[in-house]
Amino acid sequence: MKPPRFEYVAAKSIEEAIEARSSFDDTVILAGGQSLIPTLNYRIAQPDAVVDIGRIPGLDTITVQDGAVRVGAMVRHRQLELSEEAFAANPLLREALGNVAHIPIRNRGTVCGSLAHADAAAELPAVLLCLDGSVTAHGPAGPREVPASGLFLFHMTTTLNPDEIITAATFPALPDGAGYAFEEFTRRHGDYAVAGICVVVTLGADGRCASAAISACGIAERPVRLPEVEAALVGTDLSDTAVRAAAAHADGAITNEDDGTGGRYRRQVARTLISRAVAKARQRAG
Amino acid sequence: MLNQPDRSVATLAEDEDGVAIRVTVNGVDHERTVSPRLLLSDFLRHELRLTGTHVGCEHGVCGCCTIRLDGETARSCLTLAVQADGAEIHTVESLGKEDALGPVQQAFKECHGLQCGYCTPGFLMVVTDYLEKNPEPDLSEDGIRLALSGNLCRCTGYQNIVAAVRRAHELMHAG
Repeated sequence: MKPPRFEYVAAKSIEEAIEARSSFDDTVILAGGQSLIPTLNYRIAQPDAVVDIGRIPGLDTITVQDGAVRVGAMVRHRQLELSEEAFAANPLLREALGNVAHIPIRNRGTVCGSLAHADAAAELPAVLLCLDGSVTAHGPAGPREVPASGLFLFHMTTTLNPDEIITAATFPALPDGAGYAFEEFTRRHGDYAVAGICVVVTLGADGRCASAAISACGIAERPVRLPEVEAALVGTDLSDTAVRAAAAHADGAITNEDDGTGGRYRRQVARTLISRAVAKARQRAG
Repeated sequence: MLNQPDRSVATLAEDEDGVAIRVTVNGVDHERTVSPRLLLSDFLRHELRLTGTHVGCEHGVCGCCTIRLDGETARSCLTLAVQADGAEIHTVESLGKEDALGPVQQAFKECHGLQCGYCTPGFLMVVTDYLEKNPEPDLSEDGIRLALSGNLCRCTGYQNIVAAVRRAHELMHAG
């Protein structure tokens, strides 16, 4: 339960960190360390070098402009959770972050680190996906913007190149009048979710659902959008009956069947969470 | 003997580069050269001999090793000592002395908020943080249990710990 030996690089700039990534075979980025250090302690990860980006100036800022919340690579979960500016632009972030582990973990863990780690059951990847957000990935050729829809490949696996580093994440603000909710079910508070559901809905002038974005964590090998559920909600009055019928369309997306019932239990949990989350979002919309 | 560093965990290998760090722990400055892989929990216990911080699971689940790092609670087992360079750290030793317990310690004593005591340092740090940061803390059963949810106790069943949180709040605001 002690980390293996590794070369330690305390990078002073993004460029230095990228260079370090290229000069060793196997490197990992250390930001908050709340997922990395347990995997080092377990020796699941045995990298040649650990590149610490915690000393790079300017990475710990949250900026709200141009209709988006931009979160630097060293912004801690708790920092974003408590940011009033971020809350005003997108209250979904605070609601989802309250479900991430516990306060001592949120005090250290970073938002971008969670996205890079890409645990299929983690909350923030599902939030980024629901909001159609993106990350800025810096590599030897400079920065590029990677949309959430093209980022998450598999459990703990992203599409980023080994020499790239996420330097910021961009969470679009909620549209005016949008309703939102994040609901998850865990066996114990703070654990990874059996299933988590993230919802943003907007209503038309007739009070019916004009748009719906729904994503889920914990149900598949990566966080996923639920387009069939979204399509089934649009145009309805979001009544409990309509939502329940739409939620049934999530069944096909649930491929994670390690719940002891071949997925039956998780399908039920996901349907219930969708119903709860959409009901909450509907109340907040308008 | 007790105050001598125990380098069994912290030893630098002969061919390993150490990293110089400087930390303030409970108001005292320390400078050391450490192995990059040394956990902050082991640095505190083995290098500084502050053995009040306990090590339970070493993967962030139990909360025994919780300290305050620059004023915020943190798992010292999920932090490398090198990450704490320049930081101000408070451990359970900062809360009081045997003959002059702090309010949270006193409350745990009065309410029998511990049995074996292994998890207690972590609880004391988290409860101190909760009560200090919230002028009007949620002292409902649910509110307290949520505040404590990152820390595991396998003896008490938590009832007496919940009672100790309420008592600590009283003691902190008495007179």
